[in-house]
Amino acid sequence: MSAVTRPALYSDAIRERWRRPRYRGELPDATATAEDVNPLCGDRVRMQVRLDDGRVSAARFAGDSCAICTASADVLSELIQGRSRAEATALGAADVLGVLQADVRPTRLRCVTLPISVLAKALA
Amino acid sequence: MKLDEQTRGDFPILSRIVNGRPLVYLDSAASSQKPRAVVEAMTRYYETSHANVHRSIHTLGEEATELYELARDRVQRFIGAAARQEIVFTRGTTDAISIVAEAIGRTLKPGDEILVTDMEHHSNLVPWQVAVRDRGARIRSVPLVGDGVLDLGAVDRLLTERTRVFAFAHVSNVLGTINPVAELVRRARGLGALTLVDGAQAAPHLPLDMSELGCDFYAFSAHKMLGPTGLGVLYGRRAVLERLEPARGGSEMIKEVWVDRATWNDLPWRLEPGTPPIAETVGLTAAIEYLEKLGMDRVREHEQSLATQAVDVLSAIPGVRVFGPRGERGAVVSFAVDGWHPHDVAAALDADGIAVRAGHHCAQPLMRWCGVVGTSRASFGVYNSSEEVALLAHAVAALGGAP
Repeated sequence: MSAVTRPALYSDAIRERWRRPRYRGELPDATATAEDVNPLCGDRVRMQVRLDDGRVSAARFAGDSCAICTASADVLSELIQGRSRAEATALGAADVLGVLQADVRPTRLRCVTLPISVLAKALA
Repeated sequence: MKLDEQTRGDFPILSRIVNGRPLVYLDSAASSQKPRAVVEAMTRYYETSHANVHRSIHTLGEEATELYELARDRVQRFIGAAARQEIVFTRGTTDAISIVAEAIGRTLKPGDEILVTDMEHHSNLVPWQVAVRDRGARIRSVPLVGDGVLDLGAVDRLLTERTRVFAFAHVSNVLGTINPVAELVRRARGLGALTLVDGAQAAPHLPLDMSELGCDFYAFSAHKMLGPTGLGVLYGRRAVLERLEPARGGSEMIKEVWVDRATWNDLPWRLEPGTPPIAETVGLTAAIEYLEKLGMDRVREHEQSLATQAVDVLSAIPGVRVFGPRGERGAVVSFAVDGWHPHDVAAALDADGIAVRAGHHCAQPLMRWCGVVGTSRASFGVYNSSEEVALLAHAVAALGGAP
């Protein structure tokens, strides 16, 4: 059986977040929204954030993207909960990859950073 | 002997091991690999004959010029052009299209139209977008029907006396659709429109004869046809090229220069400003000689059989959707796998040593028509085998429901 011989393509965390993202969806009462595409592949990510008293109280993402990008958006949405604007925008690829327990090749780094740059745009 | 058995040993890179597996290179539509003959011809040129072309009155300069102009003759013969003056060397297909778009752009008047199609590569869209900008001209586009062919009825509606240029691909880089060039040219000419054909995905794979196609311009790249990067060809019908006012200036394109004006050189040099990619033309000569030795009819037959096999085996896999026409097509097969983003498909296949391309393939309007953000695409060259297509199918079938 090929599933035995084929090592998993991505870390368990990436696969889990791709299959069952926790923060995918709409945030109707969002106070900040931004969207952008990855020019290399056409992937599109939208980040929606609600800020209450200067802190992120809710976040959702949407779009059409690969497993790494989706997992990144999902983790980022989680990481920013309760953080201030400055704390949220200070998060980088290393923080996301830490949660995903993954390293990516340079060609896929943009998949990780797209949600981060979209969030920065939303919070700018 | 099968074509791949004959050619395989000529491509050193194909013996590479990638991620522990023998490389299966299925990305020739992005860029083909190079036979030893091409690499060696370029090395030999640099080691024995390199100098700048045309103005060097010394032995090396003469040798370099001779090789450069020989490449022009080889291209002329390869594509069945009527005269060597019709062959302009460029930096690639994008550059070739841009040269025409820039020149014609300056002559556009309000109300003029450029007709493109919904299956174009960005390189045959954006230069025209730049050309019509600020000139009151506009772009119209031929829609697609069925499994991805041009709506020929719409062509007749969209081609009007306002159409200055009808620019379209010979072969779609995503769907593999082969467009009826001669017929489209006939219709455009009837209304006085010029035609530009993006031949990037055709020149490496189909026998070409400009006199049969009849188009005014035809553009293609060396690096997709076993030659080096950085070089393209713009074919232009002589009568049309003669009228094309150059939009770029410098060195080889002039006859005489004053500080405030200049007169133009003859064709084709008029459209070749700056020092050209000389070694690359030497490489292209070797690539053309290689392809001619194989015979383009045989190349076409081999690649059509690989594409047909790929369409058949991939579409037989549950959850896999194959894009583009069945039957006759170019050497590309795009597909989508349920539960998988195309980039993840490419990454998974790469782990098996299989190189495919994934993404929008620089054809975003076409992706929208397909209703996807991107596709995975396998494309073939003279060196690919039916065993490799089977390996691809096996790997795709083993992907499972999700990454």
